[in-house]
Formats: sequence, structure tokens, C-alpha cells
Amino acid sequence: MKNLNSVFAAYLIAWGVFFIYYVSVARRAAALKDELERLKSSLNQSANRGK
Amino acid sequence: MKKNALGAAVVVLLLACAAYAAFFIAPTDAKQGVVYRIIFLHVPSAETGLVSFFICFIANVAYVLKRQPKWDWMGIAAAEVGLAFTTVCLITGPIWAKPIWGIWWTWDARLTSTAVLWLLYVAYLMLRTLIEEPERRALLSALFGIFAFIDVPLVFGSIRWWRTQHPQPVIMGGPGSGLDPTMKAVLFFCWAPMLALMILLMHSRYRLEAMRGDLDVVRREAEAA
Repeated sequence: MKNLNSVFAAYLIAWGVFFIYYVSVARRAAALKDELERLKSSLNQSANRGK
Repeated sequence: MKKNALGAAVVVLLLACAAYAAFFIAPTDAKQGVVYRIIFLHVPSAETGLVSFFICFIANVAYVLKRQPKWDWMGIAAAEVGLAFTTVCLITGPIWAKPIWGIWWTWDARLTSTAVLWLLYVAYLMLRTLIEEPERRALLSALFGIFAFIDVPLVFGSIRWWRTQHPQPVIMGGPGSGLDPTMKAVLFFCWAPMLALMILLMHSRYRLEAMRGDLDVVRREAEAA
């Protein structure tokens, strides 16, 4: 079982890279969604004020 | 959202099955011992990275021809996902190389062309941050992406055309190359979850870019109001 640590290290790092990337995409999407909602509601408010 | 979570759960389950097959079904290599099992991670991630860059190339060509934002979104999604897979390939390779070759890295044709590929797609992503105007950004990055793709056939062919420190291909190689049938079956089995992961990540990244497109439209409306 020589070098088993290297195999585990490779798997842990690889899964870590994919996990971090997936989380970063999800967080960026959540931040964009919030900004989009905020902008839409401020647009609606200014449109209502215009009426 | 529910669909996304279900997709992610299926991919995690497939990855767990692949890891089980890599550790418990594939036989141990007589020469390299247990460390060769990194092949079940290293080769599928490398191949999946190349597939992603091919998708990026198709999207870049489609954008240049049709000028539709969806092709730009697809291009950026594929480039970023391809970069994630190539990063994994470039990390797992040296971890495997050190106990077998005695060195972490060498500047042979395969390793160098892969490192250049990684740098080219990092440059592709950096280029996009430097240009404000959306159409100009999409066109210039599509043209750069088409140029960057030239390195993909070089990466694929490097171990076939030149004698390198990196082993010759075990799949689609010449006479005398190949893998034990069980190892080969496990290798293909491990590639499937990687492709599923690629689709999941690309889909999420595409949606993110589409949302950014919507945000640009709303911003312009807000500025005009």
C-alpha cells in the first residue's frame, strides 16, 4: 500500500477543486439574482412614481 | 433550483461509484502499485477538459458567424469549466509523477503543451474582464478562443508525435499499447461521471452568464429611465 497517501491526496484535491468551483458559481448566481431583483423593484418603484 | 440540486446529487452519487470502482474493482498495477489508481481521475479530467475546450471552440465559431449572445455565454461557460478540469489534471499529474518518475514536473511536449493550454484559457478569461462593451468583448474573446483552441490538437497529439517523459497513449494508441480489460472498463466508467459533472457545471455557468445578460438589459433600462 505504498503511496496510498498520494492517491488520497489526488482525490481530495480534485474533489475540492470541483466543489469550490461549483460553490463559487452558485454564490455568484445568488449575488446576481439579488442585484437583478433589486434593480427590477427600483425600476418598478420609479415607474409607479411617474404615474 | 430543485432540478439543479437533483442533478448535483446524481453527479455526486456517480462520482462516489467511480471512486469505488477505481479503488476496489480495478486490479493493482504490478509495476506501479496502488499509485497508478490516480489514472482514473487524471485521464478522465484531462479528456473532459479537452471536450470542454472543443465546446468552447464551437461556441466561439458560432458567435463569430451568428453574433448571438447565447454563443458567447456558452463559450465563457465551456472555457471556465475546461479550465477547472485542466487544473485538476495539472495537479493530479505531478502527484502521480513524483513517486513514479522521481520528479514533480518536466518540460516535455505533453506537460508543456498542457500548461500552455491552461495559460491560454486563463488569458481568455482575463481578456473578458478588460473590455467593457459587451459586443466587442464577445467578439474579441471569441476570436481569441478560436486561436487558443489551436493548442488542443497539440496536447492530444504530443504523446503520439514526439517521444516524451509522459507515457504513450493507453487508449487509441499504437500497436502494443493498451490497458488490462478491467482497468480499461473502469477508466471508461470513471469518465462518465466527469462528463456528467462537466454538463452540470457548464449548465450552471451558462445560466449565470445569461442572468448577467439580463442584468445588463435592466441596467440600461434603469439608466435610460
